[in-house]
Amino acid sequence: MREITYTEAAREALAEQMAVDPSIFVVGEGIGERGGNFNTTLGLYEKYGPMRLRDTPIVERGFVGMCAGAAMTGTRPVVDFMFIDFILDSMGELLNQISKIQYMSSGRIKMPIVLRGCIGIGGAAATHHSGSYYPLFVHIPGFRVALPSTPYDAKGLLKTALTGDDPVLFLEHKLLLNRRGPVPEEEYKLPFGQAAVAREGSDATVVALAVMAPKVLAVCDELAKEGIDIEVIDPRTLAPLDMGTILESLRKTGRLLIADETFGPCGIGAEISAQVMEQSFDDLDAPIARLNGVHTPTPYSPSLESAIIPDNAAIATAIRDLVAE
Amino acid sequence: MVMDETTLSAEKLLAQYRMMALIRRTEEQLARSHQMGLVPGPCHTYVGEEAIATGVCANLRDDDVVFSTHRGHGHALAKGVSPRAVAAELFGKATGCSQGRGGSMHLFAPEIGLMGTSGIVGPSILQGAGAGYSFKLLGADQVSVAFFGDGAVSNGAFHEGLNLAAIWDLPVIFVCEDNMYATEVAFRDATRVQDVAERASVSYDMVAVCVDGNDVLAVHKASEVAVARARAGEGPSLIECKTYRTRPHAEGMRDGGYRTDEEMAAWKQRDPIASYGAWLTENGHASEGDLEAIEAEIRATVDDAIEFARSSPFPDPASASDFIFSEQV
Repeated sequence: MREITYTEAAREALAEQMAVDPSIFVVGEGIGERGGNFNTTLGLYEKYGPMRLRDTPIVERGFVGMCAGAAMTGTRPVVDFMFIDFILDSMGELLNQISKIQYMSSGRIKMPIVLRGCIGIGGAAATHHSGSYYPLFVHIPGFRVALPSTPYDAKGLLKTALTGDDPVLFLEHKLLLNRRGPVPEEEYKLPFGQAAVAREGSDATVVALAVMAPKVLAVCDELAKEGIDIEVIDPRTLAPLDMGTILESLRKTGRLLIADETFGPCGIGAEISAQVMEQSFDDLDAPIARLNGVHTPTPYSPSLESAIIPDNAAIATAIRDLVAE
Repeated sequence: MVMDETTLSAEKLLAQYRMMALIRRTEEQLARSHQMGLVPGPCHTYVGEEAIATGVCANLRDDDVVFSTHRGHGHALAKGVSPRAVAAELFGKATGCSQGRGGSMHLFAPEIGLMGTSGIVGPSILQGAGAGYSFKLLGADQVSVAFFGDGAVSNGAFHEGLNLAAIWDLPVIFVCEDNMYATEVAFRDATRVQDVAERASVSYDMVAVCVDGNDVLAVHKASEVAVARARAGEGPSLIECKTYRTRPHAEGMRDGGYRTDEEMAAWKQRDPIASYGAWLTENGHASEGDLEAIEAEIRATVDDAIEFARSSPFPDPASASDFIFSEQV
C-alpha cells in the first residue's frame, strides 16, 4: 500500500469531500491562496476559490459564531484554527451555541461543523501555541472529539467528520504531521468510537493518546526484548470513547496505564480510570497508572520544554513499574 | 405620531395591526401566567417593541431566517410560530415549539425560519451572518435577519459580525432594537457613540438607517428596502430602531432605580399599537369596529393558546437527554 504523510492524508479527505459536496467550505487565517500554515488546504484554493476557501480576519469568535449560523442553514463549515490555542477566543460560541443548538431545537437543527487545529508540545512553540485542551470538549455534551495518530486514522476520521451532522473537534498533534503511513487509495471512512489495538500484548495495557501512541509503541518494541509484552490501545476518538476495547484488553492483562501528553487533573486518564473502576474493578491486578505532561503552562526554552513531556525513558519506567506491581 | 406615506394594501395594513395586537395580548397573558406560576422559568416580554418584529418579518418569506434574542417572543410570533407553540414552550410542555427543551429564551421553529431565541447577547449577530454565508454559497435568494438590542452593540460579536458581513457582502439584515437599557444599564452610560447606524456605516461601510421603532410602517419600509437589497445580492444593511420596553427586563424583576416614571409615561404615550390604530382609523384604512373585531379575535386566539399550553402534557422525563447528537454512535 502507498505511504503518505498525516497531513497529506487529512488533506486528501478534505479534497475528496469538497469535490463531492459543494456545501463544504473552509475558514481560517491563511487557508486560501497560501494553503494553510500547516498545508491543510494546499492546492484547494485554485480549484474552489474564495467562497469555499475563505481567508478571515483574526476574529476567532466572529468566524466560529458565523460558521454556527452557516451550519444551521445548510452548509458544512470547516474551521481551520491553525494552532488550536486560538479556539479559546471562541469558547462561548462553541460551548453555549454549537454544542447545544441541536439539543435546544429538539433535533430539528443540525450542526455539521468541523473544528480542526494543531495541538501539542514541540518545536519551542511556547505556551500560546502548544495547547491541547481536548478534555474541556470531552466534558461538554454535544461534541465529537477525534484525535488521530496515524495517516490512516486522520483520513478516515476526517471523512466521517465531513459526512456527519454533529460538531467535531479534529485535533492534529504537530509532531505527527509528517508521520508517514499506509493509506489505501480506495474510499473508506473510520467510524467514531472505535479504538485501535495498535499492538497486542498480555502483560499490561497502555492507552496512548495522539503523539504518545507512536512513542509508546517504540518503547514497547524495546521492552519486548526484555520479555515485557504490552498491549497498546489508541482510542482514536475521545468522544465517543470506546471503553469496550479498553475493558476487553484489561480482562486479558489486568494492568492499565494511560499515557497522555496533556494534563492529568480532570483529564482523559482520570475519566478512563473512573470508568474502569465502575465497570471492571475486579479485572484490576494493580492500581491504574497515569503518565501525563507536567501540569504547567508550556515553557519556551528547549531544556524546560522537554522537562514537561513524558519521554521514552519515563514511558519505559512507568510500564516497568506497572508490570512489577 | 408621524407615519410615513405608504402604498401597502388595506389587507397588509390590517395584518400588521393584527400581528402587533397578537404579540401584545400573548405577552400580557404570558406575564399573567408567569405570575400564576404556570411559566416555571424566566419570561422577557416584548411589550412596547411590537412594531419592530412586525414590520421586519412582514417582509420575510418562510424560508428566510431569523436569529433572535432573549426578548424573542415577538420575533417568533411575527415569523409565524403559533401562539399555542410559544405558550406551550414557556409552560415547559411537550407541545412547545422546542418540545420543552428551550423555554422563553430558546424558541426554535426552523421549518419556518425561526432559528432560535437566545440566552446570550451577541451570537444572533454572528449566526445571522453565517446564514447569509450559507445562502450566498448555495446561490439561494434567501435572506437572514439578526435581531439584537442596544446591549449587544459594544460586544465583540457586533463588531466582528458586521465586519464579516460587510467584507463578504452577505445577505443579512441587522436589526438593532435600541430600548435604551441593557437590562438595567443605560445605553448612554455604555458608549460614547449611541448612534448605532453611524457605527455600522462609518466603521464597516454598511448601509444603515435609524428609524422610529414604535412606527410599524417606518420599520416596514426600512426593512423592505434592506430585504430587497439583500435578496438582490447587494449586501448587508443595518436598521436601528429606537424603542422602549414598558415592562420590567423580565417578569417578576424589581424594575425601579434605573428609569423614571416620567420617561415611562412619555413612552407609553407613544404606544406602537394605539398610535397605529389611530392612524388606521384617521386615514380611513379601518373603522373602530374593524379594530375591535380584530382585538376580539386575538383575545380568543390567545385564550385558546394559554388553555392549550395549560392542558398539554409535560415531556417524558426519559427523553431528557435526547437530541444531543444527530447520530448516535
